[in-house]
Amino acid sequence: MQLYSLTVQQALDLLRRKEVSALELCESILDRIVAVDNSTKAFLTVTPEEACDQARAADAARAQGLDGALLGIPIALKDNICRLGLPTTCGSRILESFIPPYDATVVALLRRAGAVLLGKTNLDEFAMGSSTENSAFFSTRNPWNLDRVPGGSSGGSAAAVCADEALAALGSDTGGSVRQPAAFCGVVGLKPTYGRVSRYGVAAFASSLDQIGPITKDVTDAALLLNALSEHDPHDSTSIESPKLDLAQVLRPEVDGIRIGVPQEYFGAGAQPQVVAAVQEAIETLVDMGALVDTVSLPHTEYALPAYYLLAPAEASANLARYDGIRYGVRADNTADIWSTYCESRQQGLGSEVKRRIMLGTYALSAGYYDAYYLKAQRARTLIKQDFDHAFERFDVLLSPTAPTVAFGLGEKSQDPLQMYLSDVFTIPQSLAGICAISIPCGFDHALPIGLQISGPALGEATVLRVAYAYEQATSWHLQKPPLDKEN
Amino acid sequence: MSDYETVIGIETHAQLCTASKMFCRCQVPASAVGGGDSQQPSPPNSLVCPVCLGMPGALPVANRQAVEQVLIAALALNCRIPERSWFDRKNYHYPDLPKGYQISQSQSPLGRNGWIDIQVDATIKRIAISDVHLEEDTGKLTHVGGSSLIDFNRSGVPLMEIVTAPDMSSVDEVREYALELRRLLRYLGLCSGNMEQGAMRFEANVSIRPQGSSTLGARVEIKNLNSFRALLRSVEYEIERQQRALQQGLPIDRETRGWDEEKGVTYVQRSKETAEDYRYFPEPDLPVLEIDTVWVERLRQQMAELPQQRRTRFASQYGLSPYEIALLTEDRDTAEYFEAAANAGRELDISPKVAANWITGDLFGLLNAAHRDIGDVRIPPRQLVELLALLAENAINIPTAKHVLRVMFETGQAPKEIVVAEGLGQIADRDRLASLADSVLDAHPDIVAQYKGGKQTVLRFLVGQVMKATQGRADPQLASQLLEEKLRSA
Amino acid sequence: MLTPEEVGHIAGLARLGLSPEEIQTFGKQLSAILDYAHTLARLDTEQVAPTATVLALENVLAPDRAEPSLSQEDALANSPQVQDGQFRVTAIME
Repeated sequence: MQLYSLTVQQALDLLRRKEVSALELCESILDRIVAVDNSTKAFLTVTPEEACDQARAADAARAQGLDGALLGIPIALKDNICRLGLPTTCGSRILESFIPPYDATVVALLRRAGAVLLGKTNLDEFAMGSSTENSAFFSTRNPWNLDRVPGGSSGGSAAAVCADEALAALGSDTGGSVRQPAAFCGVVGLKPTYGRVSRYGVAAFASSLDQIGPITKDVTDAALLLNALSEHDPHDSTSIESPKLDLAQVLRPEVDGIRIGVPQEYFGAGAQPQVVAAVQEAIETLVDMGALVDTVSLPHTEYALPAYYLLAPAEASANLARYDGIRYGVRADNTADIWSTYCESRQQGLGSEVKRRIMLGTYALSAGYYDAYYLKAQRARTLIKQDFDHAFERFDVLLSPTAPTVAFGLGEKSQDPLQMYLSDVFTIPQSLAGICAISIPCGFDHALPIGLQISGPALGEATVLRVAYAYEQATSWHLQKPPLDKEN
Repeated sequence: MSDYETVIGIETHAQLCTASKMFCRCQVPASAVGGGDSQQPSPPNSLVCPVCLGMPGALPVANRQAVEQVLIAALALNCRIPERSWFDRKNYHYPDLPKGYQISQSQSPLGRNGWIDIQVDATIKRIAISDVHLEEDTGKLTHVGGSSLIDFNRSGVPLMEIVTAPDMSSVDEVREYALELRRLLRYLGLCSGNMEQGAMRFEANVSIRPQGSSTLGARVEIKNLNSFRALLRSVEYEIERQQRALQQGLPIDRETRGWDEEKGVTYVQRSKETAEDYRYFPEPDLPVLEIDTVWVERLRQQMAELPQQRRTRFASQYGLSPYEIALLTEDRDTAEYFEAAANAGRELDISPKVAANWITGDLFGLLNAAHRDIGDVRIPPRQLVELLALLAENAINIPTAKHVLRVMFETGQAPKEIVVAEGLGQIADRDRLASLADSVLDAHPDIVAQYKGGKQTVLRFLVGQVMKATQGRADPQLASQLLEEKLRSA
Repeated sequence: MLTPEEVGHIAGLARLGLSPEEIQTFGKQLSAILDYAHTLARLDTEQVAPTATVLALENVLAPDRAEPSLSQEDALANSPQVQDGQFRVTAIME
């Protein structure tokens, strides 16, 4: 078995037993990137020298008897996460050459845990998209089928983990951007409870929805990463205190008596039959293991997408107002006056989807429309959250497909924005409610992965991960690898 | 002129005296808290961070002290404090605004519907305060040739905005309001009040209407007022301009005007042609402020006595004249110095009036000449009173006392030490002065003759000679008395 | 259906220099999205408060203590145009 195929937990075991060095592990991964990234195009920037330096330092620390939660583990970062001294482009021309003078808090936490930072992965520009086709630079491919999208907006991170180009990666999830690409790529993607992981240093898309989440090869790794990232951050006023997971309690393949709710609205006309079938089989598996299942209604589900596509762009229109080329970023030359500088720089530097959402958001907030659009959407959000609150009185977790389809073809949905938005229909409600949700592989349709979404109440990650772990251990979807090369 | 009545509202932006900025912990530049004169200004863009530069991923963290300072100001201005307050994003683009929005307050400011009383001549008028809220300052733009340069040191400094109702109707009222507000904020230690350094900025909204009319005329906003003088002159000019226009049957446009100090006119500002749509919405990065009565009461306890209260108390407690009260209560440091002196005076039997006299006279004189504030003075109030006690006991005379005060001011030494060290004790020994008087009279027979001839004013010259012979230490009254006796008997 | 004037006005507020083609295309796309979003109008929200936050946090305030800032060099490093330690832009007409 190649070192790059290891999970984080497996690698830690070998590192701790001194059967392998962090440098060997790092070099294996860097070789893997060289071998397959031309096909997957997951990475925007790779930092091989720094990574090896960090790996050597990890080995030296271990030799002195030190340990760390992720000591020596190579991890990739979505390129909207600021890493000191390295370009952070957010997948946009306007930030092509931006080099932040600071680390995001999550990066500082990874460094503290001893992780080795591999580089930055591709994304839809400013995290706006569901296919990574909106990156200003290039599209990432789904390792399972290179003519297909990896999902988005954290497509690069999902493809990298799927293709063994990193042992784990961080993504950001605003309406499904960690979960949906994880589903399309057959890996695990967790959106933590809003506030659990710091947003400081992550370019904001929608402030009240954004969360950083781990993308990993299995549930154990997701739990490990969540523990490393769940810290209250005084730099983020929306950061909450949250308990560290007791991994011994969480990683138990037992679901006796767990009450699973199946929201009927998620199984309607929108979802592909094969996807529905796979999820229903997964539910059967859990019932066989002792879980109690029943249907539940989340009656306001149909309003989640319209509410999201007013709220998220509204916040984004303000969050992206800072990209004007004055203090950083690309600035248009030869402009007659300051206002032309603004308009030209943004016109040249921002892509269509970003412009579309800025326009949408500006409209939703504008005089005369604020009540009918923005405020109305915030009221709808209250009802959507209440649906979940009520459901969680009766159930411990809710199960549904992560996405209505499997990975679609490159270019297939990029012509019609509204069609693209509909791929987020099952992941948006959890973001609006601020609750936690994970996507884990639960099957294939014509060799394309299908994702199962398990949602839990705010700060309910322990139960969500336990159910996910139990299902995972009873199946072997997570052990399957994409046919990227024959030697694997 | 009296056909029209003037309606004026004032908006004030006051930089708060905090150590760090509103939403990040960068140090506030010295000029913002009135320390600019004695300190080198910081190099441009050296007091900045990802937050106040609006870099990707930056997030605001609100300054507790700033929130509490605004709550105190709101209490001092008799405002209603809401149970829930929050910040809103005010969205617009300008190069000195790094995020492309300003974090401000719109829907639920920290204070509403308050008032402040001002006095114009003998009339007290109540000015309604509609809004007191907290926001962040922008960077500073300077124009050089074909470029505009931006320094973000000021970006993020906490700003308190105070908006009055359109309750003022004359330049005098504007002046008294601005002075009293400034005095209040300085008293509370919230703002340095230094207009030249931009720590306190005023904007005036002026409209006029026919006398007795209830509808408001078109409102003209006057911005970019860099001094107190500019505020008063611009309002005065604008009132006249609008009256002239109405008299000539010309319309008054609702617009924003700047003030040209050199030409002495207001002028239309091009950049404000259309009303901005600020698209306010609640700031998602900052949790709400739940303001309970416990918090408010604690702040109320902490609040220093306000200028108005102190003025009233001084009148009844110390029996000072309105003029003296005004001087002594102009700022908190002076008022507290005086009160400490008055307290010490009770022990040493020196009346508050005497203390007031020496403080507003000689001490102020010394402070002004040395460009110092009473807060830095080296003379503890108690020692000033000890000096006055020495004078009252006749141990020294007035000229000596003034000299000793000067030495105390420069060295911080106690008055008794100085008197002893320099041998300044007053000479009031009758015999000694009598013999000195004899010497003086002997030395100036011509002057004696003049006196005898009826020119009594020359006595002063003779007293001066005695003073000279004693290095100013003779008791002048006694010397004068003795000389007179001798002149008459001779 | 959004008119080109409305689209132009929004683009102005957002400081986006759209081309005439973009104004057309965005006009159509935005109209479609807004129509879809308009399904919210069916929802009776008379008695429903807007979500202020999904968090239970309140009064998150930091002590007023100054901390080190970025160096001037770091602050300016990413700017396309710098002069005398300041960010430089084309002159703004007042």
